[in-house]
Amino acid sequence: MSRFVSSRDLLPRVLAGEVPAVARLLSRAEAADPECRETLGEIYGRAGKAHVVGITGVPGSGKSTMVAVLAAHLRKAGHKVGIIAIDPSSPYSGGAIMGDRIRMSDLASDEGVYIRSMATRGALGGMARATLDAVDILDVAGFDYILIETVGVGQDEVEIASASHTTLVVSAPGLGDEVQAIKAGILEIADVHVVSKSDRPDARSTVSDLKQMLTLGMATDAKTAWRPPVIATSSLKGEGFDELVSALGQHKAFLEGSDAGRARVRRIAEFRMIKTAEELLRRRFKESSAGRVAAVADRLAAREISPYVAGEQLLDGIGA
Amino acid sequence: MAENIRVLLAKVGLDGHDRGVRVVARCLRDAGMDVIYTGLHRTPEEVVDAAIQEDVDVLGVSLLSGAHMTAFPRIIKRLGEKGVGDMILLGGGVIPDEDVTKLKQMGVADILLQDTPPNVIVDTVRRLVRDRGAR
Ligand SMILES: Nc1nc2c(ncn2[C@@H]2O[C@H](COP(=O)(O)OP(=O)(O)O)[C@@H](O)[C@H]2O)c(=O)[nH]1
Ligand SMILES: [Mg+2]
Repeated sequence: MSRFVSSRDLLPRVLAGEVPAVARLLSRAEAADPECRETLGEIYGRAGKAHVVGITGVPGSGKSTMVAVLAAHLRKAGHKVGIIAIDPSSPYSGGAIMGDRIRMSDLASDEGVYIRSMATRGALGGMARATLDAVDILDVAGFDYILIETVGVGQDEVEIASASHTTLVVSAPGLGDEVQAIKAGILEIADVHVVSKSDRPDARSTVSDLKQMLTLGMATDAKTAWRPPVIATSSLKGEGFDELVSALGQHKAFLEGSDAGRARVRRIAEFRMIKTAEELLRRRFKESSAGRVAAVADRLAAREISPYVAGEQLLDGIGA
Repeated sequence: MAENIRVLLAKVGLDGHDRGVRVVARCLRDAGMDVIYTGLHRTPEEVVDAAIQEDVDVLGVSLLSGAHMTAFPRIIKRLGEKGVGDMILLGGGVIPDEDVTKLKQMGVADILLQDTPPNVIVDTVRRLVRDRGAR
């Protein structure tokens, strides 16, 4: 793409699935460029066909490698697959090094797979601010399955469950004596549990620990009809992926046309709305308070006013 | 946050050393850029396809194996075929002077030889992106 092409003019090419156009619009969404806002709005209205799979689990649990093998299996079943791999930005420089593609090199020459690396740029929750815009763009570009690989650290990871139709929680053997998902408090968000690296001898105990936890009722709700299965996979040997693909298909079928499915779609919309409102609020707050920060901070430092009053003063005039 | 410069770094060819690329990745990251690293042993075509998907400002390709005079023409050809002839292409690694001149004539924006200081790398990337203008 040589000259500047407006987002509006990119749209037909995005809808036709042209990769450079998809990639460029994604960059504009990521930069929150006001120029693309209307186009993203139109795209949102057209999206909603793809099945969005969120994949979480601690760093090193094998997510990227698994995503690659899973994508290859989905391709064999005739699906087009979009992958969004999220990595943390450095809080110091704002930059990021993103290496998930290293594990996905087998997909390199497949036109039916699109891979995009995204940095969090300060966003919490294991995703980037524009991740769901990216999902919409890939959706209207014709990708049937969209796999989101989250950052994989911290409690905030639960957000992925409010952004995807099916959430995979990956646990790996050999990363400590406790199942990491339990430790991280993300066991409850799984629609499907994956124990990765099943080629390792210690994977069996990870599977049994996990199953024991689940039967203890920690993560299963007897009232819901869906019981998250535990599937052992080895990306190294390509084992367990037929089961994983079929579990994804079953969960997709479970959601389709059901109350649970409608509730999930609604939850994603609500999450998106709240996130967007928070983002707008933050931006307005920054703009409206910018001129007053120094003066109010001076008074606060001199203990003339309380932190509460200072906060209130900064908020004055927001939303104008 | 302002739009970050996006850079894809790739190793093409047979040599199995990526210490240099990793160092470059770190200094670009520390300068606030988004750096995508694709790992060892990529083909020129794979690298270009990845750079297009990632919509990077700069594609940086490192070669130590002496295959640069075949790799870069293939990269430039692929970029042209895919209609992204304006992507900024940077070369790095071990490349003899006479080839540096030839590569620049072919359309490689700049070559950063081994041992280029970090600040020069960062400045070069910033300058090339600035000179390109908005897109
Ligand atoms: N033994 C074994 N190792 C694996 C498997 N999948 C991934 N790994 C290794 O686990 C490490 C982390 O993998 P990666 O996919 O980058 O994990 P991520 O950080 O969760 O994305 C790498 O060294 C992989 O080679 C597997 O199926 N078996
Ligand atoms: Mg990863």
